[in-house]
Amino acid sequence: MSQDKCTIQVNGVEVEARPGQMLIEVTDAVDAYVPRFCYHTKLSVAANCRMCLVEVENAPKPMPACATPVAPGMKVHTRSRRAIDAQRATMEFLLINHPLDCPICDQGGECELQDLALGFGRGISRFSERKRVVRDKDIGPLISTDMTRCIHCTRCVRFTQEIAGFQELGTIGRGDRVEISPYIERSVNHELSGNIIDLCPVGALNSKPFRFSARAWELVQRPLVAGHDGLGSRILAHVMNGKVKRVVPEACEDINETWAADRDRFSYEGLYAADRLTQPQLRGSDGWRTVSWGEALDAVAAGLQRANGNALAALVSPSTTLEEGYLLQRLLAHMGSANIDHRLRRRDFREQDQEVEVPWLGMPVAAVEELDQVLVIGSNIRKEVPLLAHRLRKAALRGAGVGFVNPARYPMLFPVADAMVGSVEDFWLQLAVLVRAAAEGSQQPAGLAQLLDIAPAPEERHHRAVARLREGKRAAVFLGHIALRHPRFADIDALAAALARLTGATLGYVPEGANSVGLSLAGVLPHREAGGRPRAQAGANAASIVRAAPAGLILYGVEPDHDCAGGSALQRSAEDGRFVVAFSAFQGKSLQSLADVLLPVSTYFETEGTLVNISGQWQSFAAAAQPPGETRPGWKVLRVLGERLAVPRFDYAAVDAIAAEVRELAGDRLPDTLARQRPAPVAAPVSAGLSSTDLDVPMYQLDALLRRASALQQTEDGLAGLAPVEGRRTA
Amino acid sequence: MQPSDKTALLSSHVRAEIDHWVAKFPEGRQRSAVIGALHAVQHENGGFLTPELMEAVAAYLGLPAIQVFEVASFYSMFETRPVGRHSVSVCTNISCMLCGGEQLLAHVEKHLGITVGQSTPDGRIFLKKEEECLAACTGAPMIMVDHRFYENVTPARAVEILDALE
Repeated sequence: MSQDKCTIQVNGVEVEARPGQMLIEVTDAVDAYVPRFCYHTKLSVAANCRMCLVEVENAPKPMPACATPVAPGMKVHTRSRRAIDAQRATMEFLLINHPLDCPICDQGGECELQDLALGFGRGISRFSERKRVVRDKDIGPLISTDMTRCIHCTRCVRFTQEIAGFQELGTIGRGDRVEISPYIERSVNHELSGNIIDLCPVGALNSKPFRFSARAWELVQRPLVAGHDGLGSRILAHVMNGKVKRVVPEACEDINETWAADRDRFSYEGLYAADRLTQPQLRGSDGWRTVSWGEALDAVAAGLQRANGNALAALVSPSTTLEEGYLLQRLLAHMGSANIDHRLRRRDFREQDQEVEVPWLGMPVAAVEELDQVLVIGSNIRKEVPLLAHRLRKAALRGAGVGFVNPARYPMLFPVADAMVGSVEDFWLQLAVLVRAAAEGSQQPAGLAQLLDIAPAPEERHHRAVARLREGKRAAVFLGHIALRHPRFADIDALAAALARLTGATLGYVPEGANSVGLSLAGVLPHREAGGRPRAQAGANAASIVRAAPAGLILYGVEPDHDCAGGSALQRSAEDGRFVVAFSAFQGKSLQSLADVLLPVSTYFETEGTLVNISGQWQSFAAAAQPPGETRPGWKVLRVLGERLAVPRFDYAAVDAIAAEVRELAGDRLPDTLARQRPAPVAAPVSAGLSSTDLDVPMYQLDALLRRASALQQTEDGLAGLAPVEGRRTA
Repeated sequence: MQPSDKTALLSSHVRAEIDHWVAKFPEGRQRSAVIGALHAVQHENGGFLTPELMEAVAAYLGLPAIQVFEVASFYSMFETRPVGRHSVSVCTNISCMLCGGEQLLAHVEKHLGITVGQSTPDGRIFLKKEEECLAACTGAPMIMVDHRFYENVTPARAVEILDALE
């Protein structure tokens, strides 16, 4: 068929379709519901559940709608006697071996099999023989299995193969003895594996941490934005009695499609960690004492006023909401200090004035899969932003060339066009080689002579990588967490910008935290005000604050020993006269030894606020869960504190007003990442003895909440990150 | 994903055999060589596969281990548990059944002191589970010993054949 469109009849109604399109897409488009288990829009067609059988006129037998291509003039009946009989017969077979344990099954009430059994099942089973029993598999700490319930739709198998990229599950045995299984006693370890819980149409795969803790109909569903990476994935918190019981993804094609990373799905467990801070605490001469909010805030106001002006500093978690960041920044400015930063794991600030005002991706998240040539510099992207890696994988499978310049060869689960690997200290020299290769035959980019001179001569593969980027119609160069955390970031940035200019690629950044872009816009930076204008007098950056140990320090959602580069250097003695206040959801050992006051503030599950993702999408959400004890949303605490310190215009009645104010200052557009010239830095780089985990921070150690999410800590990625860390929840 | 030292278990003979199978299929379709590869490995390992061997095959072919396990568990000619050296199948499908295959099986079971699916304690003989028609109906009842067919087998002849196995 050469024509683009054809007409078919669905239940007697004329419908337009594309020849070759599967019938189920057409019936779905016109709301003629066809029952299904194995079909899923994001997965390949398997046609093995046979639930979607429909009647096609002149076909000798009922046809599976998911695997029957449309042909012109086709007449389809989804509700005819023949179709319904076929669907009912399929259902009868599916139920033969399915246990009748719905009352104790977590899927009960939200089960596709249960729902369809209601519509297509018989009232009474004609099967009086013994049902089959299948041994459960232990596939890791995140996913519980009840394999007797499995109907072998193979959605989970196809997910691991097609979406995750490495088949961890398969069908073993055959005929009536088929089982879904990992390779002999192995667990499922991919960072997106939790999605098979949602895909499973029955109760065979469920959330292990959620197991037996609530029924689906008791839960209230609240939309939220995930707070661990810059993607801004939409999630739904399922809440009972104010407590988050589980998290599932919300479909959002622009950002997370229908998926959630395990990190976003299971981090909620940290909310109920044993060391959750529930009441304000004040350090007295004889240890910690629980106090009222009034007393705590008085102490904070007094402490901050004592350390007024330039002696005051704030370290802010890069996942802090826009509103909290903005208020804190204004409060500090009022006290005469610009010493505020959210770039906690960065080491190199030499050229911060020359950097782009807001490091962002340079394109919408969804555009990443449309790219045809990509070079990723300094990023273990699968662990940094799992769903961005998924977009890159989609691009690579479409035929795009995706290459890496990295301190290690990270397994990518897609064909890698070029991998240029070097030592932790010097891998970026590969980038200098690429710039040399790109500049051959044209004028050398200005101000980079020094860097290009120390770079080795380009080899064949460097020329190939450059040619590839030049050929790309939609090419991009991305700088990941490792690049941003590197002591030579300024050099890397200058080189990456030069390479992007020379090859015509877009330059993008993948900064860490859920709101790095938002905080840059809100002025949580020592050298820029809200909206991005340079400050008249730049304050101290994160590294200097850690080094200088200021007389007055605000820690906002930060445990310095984990969250800051070189943060374990930040110590205090009893008599140093400094004042440290920690806004935190957790007590944590390091905060207890550092702080004078601990203020319990909400996590992103318990506050309203706004996060701006790496593509510059502003997403506001309301509180999903009840903050425990005396915990209050951070922006309210800051507002009250600001009033005590007589900050003018600080009486915001609602959180929207704050976001609106930032929006006015920041405008709608993010800056062109290549607008500024970036000469190579003149100052010598800070020398730092680096280990690879300094730059490639384990994915479940990124923030305080994750470090306390017990199931995630038991995963392969979690265990890999545990060794050097204390203060995690061990239960 | 898989360190290549996992393939160290494969002998050079087995590797050559696998390469022979891989060469029969278009480039990138080495998954098609799994059956041939498993046959070679199982043969060399005395009649059964181990998890380590299946992983070695997967690593050698560049496949996820589960894809090899899927094949090994699907086909009845692969054994994924340790079994006796000699694989013995007694056909009980229709032609053999009509000609006394079931009595033959009962006699063999009694003689060996094991039932289908089990191996003799000395590790000599594995009585394969539920063998279906092996396409020798003209000579029913038949038994297969290590890929060799014996036709028109009487209980006495079966004992003779089995006792001759080392």
